[in-house]
Amino acid sequence: MAFFQMKKMILGWTFRTPVTTRYPFAPRKICPGSRGRLDITIANCIFCSVCAKRCPTDALVVDKANKKWHIDRLRCISCGYCVELCPKKCLALAGDHGIPTVTKDMETF
Amino acid sequence: MIEEQTIIPILPETLVAETRKMRDQGYRLVQICVTRLGEELELDYSFDLNRRFVNFRFRQPKIGARVPSITSVYWCAFTYENEFSDLFGVQVDGNALDFKGTFYMTAMKHPFIHDAAPIPTAAQPLPGGQ
Amino acid sequence: MGTRTLIPFGPQHPVLPEPIHIDLVVEDEKVVEAIPSIGFIHRGLEKLVEKKDFIEYVYVAERICGICSFIHGQTYCQGIETIMKIPVPPRAHYLRTIWGELSRIHSHLLWAGLMADAFGFEALFMHSWRIRERVLDLIEATTGGRVIFGSCKVGGARRDITPEQMHWLLGELAEVEKEMRLIVDIFMNDHSVKHRLCGVGVISKDDAVALGAVGPTLRGSGVADDMRLLKYAAFGDLDFQPITRSDGDSYSRCAVRCAELFQSVDLIRQAAAKMPAGEIAVKVTGTPDGEFFSRVEQPRGEVVYYIKGNGSKNLVRFRARTPTFANVPPLVKMLAGCELADVPVLVLTIDPCISCTER
Repeated sequence: MAFFQMKKMILGWTFRTPVTTRYPFAPRKICPGSRGRLDITIANCIFCSVCAKRCPTDALVVDKANKKWHIDRLRCISCGYCVELCPKKCLALAGDHGIPTVTKDMETF
Repeated sequence: MIEEQTIIPILPETLVAETRKMRDQGYRLVQICVTRLGEELELDYSFDLNRRFVNFRFRQPKIGARVPSITSVYWCAFTYENEFSDLFGVQVDGNALDFKGTFYMTAMKHPFIHDAAPIPTAAQPLPGGQ
Repeated sequence: MGTRTLIPFGPQHPVLPEPIHIDLVVEDEKVVEAIPSIGFIHRGLEKLVEKKDFIEYVYVAERICGICSFIHGQTYCQGIETIMKIPVPPRAHYLRTIWGELSRIHSHLLWAGLMADAFGFEALFMHSWRIRERVLDLIEATTGGRVIFGSCKVGGARRDITPEQMHWLLGELAEVEKEMRLIVDIFMNDHSVKHRLCGVGVISKDDAVALGAVGPTLRGSGVADDMRLLKYAAFGDLDFQPITRSDGDSYSRCAVRCAELFQSVDLIRQAAAKMPAGEIAVKVTGTPDGEFFSRVEQPRGEVVYYIKGNGSKNLVRFRARTPTFANVPPLVKMLAGCELADVPVLVLTIDPCISCTER
């Protein structure tokens, strides 16, 4: 019967630095290949609307007539389906997740 | 590898007797599932013993479906029976733990026998689009 | 005989941040009856197949649960692939196996932390989750997501693991394994932990089968039933035997999960050694027409997906029976006759995931 089995671990960690980071002051290390914010190179976009039609959460709205591309950041789930479908490969997922927001706005490109 | 799945059509009247036979052989109740097929409901009772999958199947009309409860054989069936009576409006006779339609808190009664409502889209009015 | 009192447990309870409600009928300090209620957040995701096409629905299936998300996606894809007879490349099978086992490690470590928290062992909780963070980093580097992997699609996988990544992954995993040995040693041998777990909430072998228990709850009662024996994905090529314990108490269920941590590490090593080169996905044409009960072993137990298509791009019926849904009746049985102070620990021994259950 072992009492206080934890002691080895606790003693071991007494002299180590914490594994947590002070988040807002020390930003998180971005992992390459992580699925984050959806970015568009608007110059290459042909406004074909494939991304908007197939988006699982209907986060994208493509305005063909005015050549505008809108995204609702709070609906986007960063799944990357649109990135795979885009015929001009002008969409990409950035590694970071963008800054927090307090309003529900459509972002326009 | 694709497992073999046996589907046996039975009659609702023999459900409890057939289920008892499965219980005596040591089968485990895997799940009960209801499928809406046009104006009918298809009920599936699935069992498993050492990964041998057996499924009982019968049909009921969409409105006024009535099935006997198998909670006298498998007590654990009460979750499934409450589930499908809440979602599909199937009347279950003799459920050992009947929640009487309060198992799932749904906005509408028996939502799964109706067609799905349209999904609310993002589509706020287009900024500057008119 | 004391008077009977009704004590509500949940849906808001400090030990469990998920909405399950149990009415506990107690006599003095003993629970004599427990009546469960779920359904506070039923989302109707099964109905959504009528609106989303079968390829898009993978993204919904993955989001049924945040913890076993990858295996939900995998089960759905396997169901569709079986109906449509899609020849999935072997490499994709191996990738799915590796990711599935990684998600099992992270889920079991999450559970270990919550369990430690439930019996008031805060330091153990912190250390379990510290180790889990490293596993999440492995998952993020190989799939791009920390909990929603998003790397499974109908017809194969969406990403490949490069040889360099695999080398790094195995190296990290060896260190994670070393760290896991330390916390598992505490779970298995510490006097105070054993005092809370041994002999509490006993479910006999026959009861476990009759009540339809799945996963570690079933295996903790001595039934060697694990869906990985169906040899889906790459499990046919790997050396695998389910882990069982025979006592059927909380300690057995805990022991099964702790042993599965190392089993998963071993399975990842085997899969990495045998992984063939080649394609990771095939093109999918056509629509599903047919039906299949897709069964896969999740960290919490067997998940059953019933998928029925009629040749259109929307499925007719999609039904998910998640492991926690099947483990509710055994939980009710365990609670009857236990001490009131043991209720939180017993609720946690089935590893409840209510968001799965309320799909």
